[in-house]
Amino acid sequence: MIRYILRRILISIPILLLGSFLCYVLVASAGNPLADMRARPGVTEAQVQQVANELGLNRPVIVRYWDWLTNFLQGDWGQSVALGQARQAVQPAVLDALWTTGRLVVGSEILALSLGVAVGVLAAVRQYSIFDYVATSTAFLMFSMPIFCVAVIVKNYGIQFNNVLQSVGLERWLTTAGPRQGGFSGSFGEAIFKYTGTFLLPTLSLMLISFAAYSRFERASMLEVMHSDYVRTARAKGISQSRVIFKHAFRNALIPVATLFSLNFGAVFSGAIITETVFGWSGMGTLLISSVRNFDPAMLMGWLAVTATLVVLFNLVADIVYGILDPRIRLG
Amino acid sequence: MANVNLTTATTAPSPSVDSSGAHEFDATVTRTQGQLVLRRFLRHRMAMVSFGVLVLLLLFAFIGPLVWSYDFEDVSSKAYQAPNGTHPLGTTQVGKDMLALLMRGTGYSLQIAFVVAALATVIGVAFGALAGYLRGFVDNALMRLVDLMLIVPQIAVAAIVVKGFSGSWYVVALVLAGFAWMSIARITRGETLSLSQREFIEAARAAGATTPRIIFKHLVPNMIGSITVNATLAVAAAVLTEAALSFLGLGVQPPDTSLGVIVQENYGQFITRPWLFWGPFVVLVAISLAVNFIGDGLRDAFDPRQTKVRA
Repeated sequence: MIRYILRRILISIPILLLGSFLCYVLVASAGNPLADMRARPGVTEAQVQQVANELGLNRPVIVRYWDWLTNFLQGDWGQSVALGQARQAVQPAVLDALWTTGRLVVGSEILALSLGVAVGVLAAVRQYSIFDYVATSTAFLMFSMPIFCVAVIVKNYGIQFNNVLQSVGLERWLTTAGPRQGGFSGSFGEAIFKYTGTFLLPTLSLMLISFAAYSRFERASMLEVMHSDYVRTARAKGISQSRVIFKHAFRNALIPVATLFSLNFGAVFSGAIITETVFGWSGMGTLLISSVRNFDPAMLMGWLAVTATLVVLFNLVADIVYGILDPRIRLG
Repeated sequence: MANVNLTTATTAPSPSVDSSGAHEFDATVTRTQGQLVLRRFLRHRMAMVSFGVLVLLLLFAFIGPLVWSYDFEDVSSKAYQAPNGTHPLGTTQVGKDMLALLMRGTGYSLQIAFVVAALATVIGVAFGALAGYLRGFVDNALMRLVDLMLIVPQIAVAAIVVKGFSGSWYVVALVLAGFAWMSIARITRGETLSLSQREFIEAARAAGATTPRIIFKHLVPNMIGSITVNATLAVAAAVLTEAALSFLGLGVQPPDTSLGVIVQENYGQFITRPWLFWGPFVVLVAISLAVNFIGDGLRDAFDPRQTKVRA
């Protein structure tokens, strides 16, 4: 196992290096961060050259990449050069955004997984029942929904719900524009109130989409297991239905879903972009969009490096989880 | 019946049914694989309904603008009208007719989605079949390329390319296709790996068939089922991804429009003027549901055994 993990990590390194190089070339060729500066009136060519020198923009791409890479690995992720804003160190900006997104995404993914698995198992056990039809068609519908529309709908009904609360004399509960400022202070009850109000809507809109995928997947794999020979044998031995389902079928049906979950987890850090935009959270998504709009190469590279590493990391976790859950798979 | 080896008899041909036939072959109804698939697809009710919906949407998007009296760039109408006789879906902030906008947006979204699916399928099948058939070094190299593409977030690269180069629809389509071919390549590779162990491939190789011939004449036709199904699913995915990108302002650029752009421009009016939001929303969901159902129908048609156990 240890050997397998080590080998996987060693394979990942060149992929990450190549990936970061390609990203660097893409970012470098996509635009010149100094073009805007040059276009402004009153900026002399000498000033532009000075900034270019400072940032090392007048050297070949490969040299710049090498510098970026060595600095990055030593923890110096560079300075953002967004125009009209103060210079900002990339590392804290990216890590802050990652923390914001992480708080949001971890909860919603875990909720989506538990709910999806529960619904999937029930739908499979009661195949072709009304519950199954409702669950399957809901999942199908959610699967075909554009995420941003779901987020917009959830947000606006949240606002209307707040209006109703206010009209009956209560405090507005749900936060629809960014996480609440000033943390969750107050008594325990108040803190819970603020916390749920802040997280409920974005979590819900992230959850609805992931839930659809998990429940469809779990239902399919559960059905496959339920029709397999060893489950029939277990039944024939006279084991109770619930024991057959939970002890025999469920455990095996969980394997593909666990893999999907780990794979998803890496992707979801960059996939919450739309939810963040609609709800005004300043997480990874918002950071990406602002650095694309302002054309901020250092920030973009920091962002890409972090998300790519997360994806690789969780792919590795997926394989390891697969190996632990299913002893038939031999990693070696 | 020179092609008899290519045809399959239906499961229960009964000679007595049609004994009046002049030719002996009339007694047994033989159908090609293609006819069988087509028959099963035509009998799949949801898929046929969805197919109808898709055709209607295509007509709406590409014939509609020729008939409809407003152009999507026409800003001469009064702004923010509620749905009425002249503007069935109302008008937007700048006085554009919503119906005309929807026609144009649907057309663009569909156009991009079909181009993406076609490109992704061609690239994915070519790479997957090559990797699976040649194995060894080629396989390793191509699959590492797939791994590489999978670690880079699509939305980021699409955003950078659109911002840095151009937001024309074909650039958006190219970027999306660049990130849609990997899953098709993986599936094709898997199937090629198992197919190329079979005798008929060995026979073809022994007969001296070249690699391209084996891949395109022998392997690909045998995988046509999963290729078609995955191409359909790629269309659905592309519609949603394009809409999401445009919603973020990183896809199709105004003044041109797509469904995502329409939603993005109007979602602030959700409570006061809900029709501006629900129009594009319904069209988007309709496209993606219809295409998904067609994919489901195709999967059942190509592989009737799978119908019972399916998500």
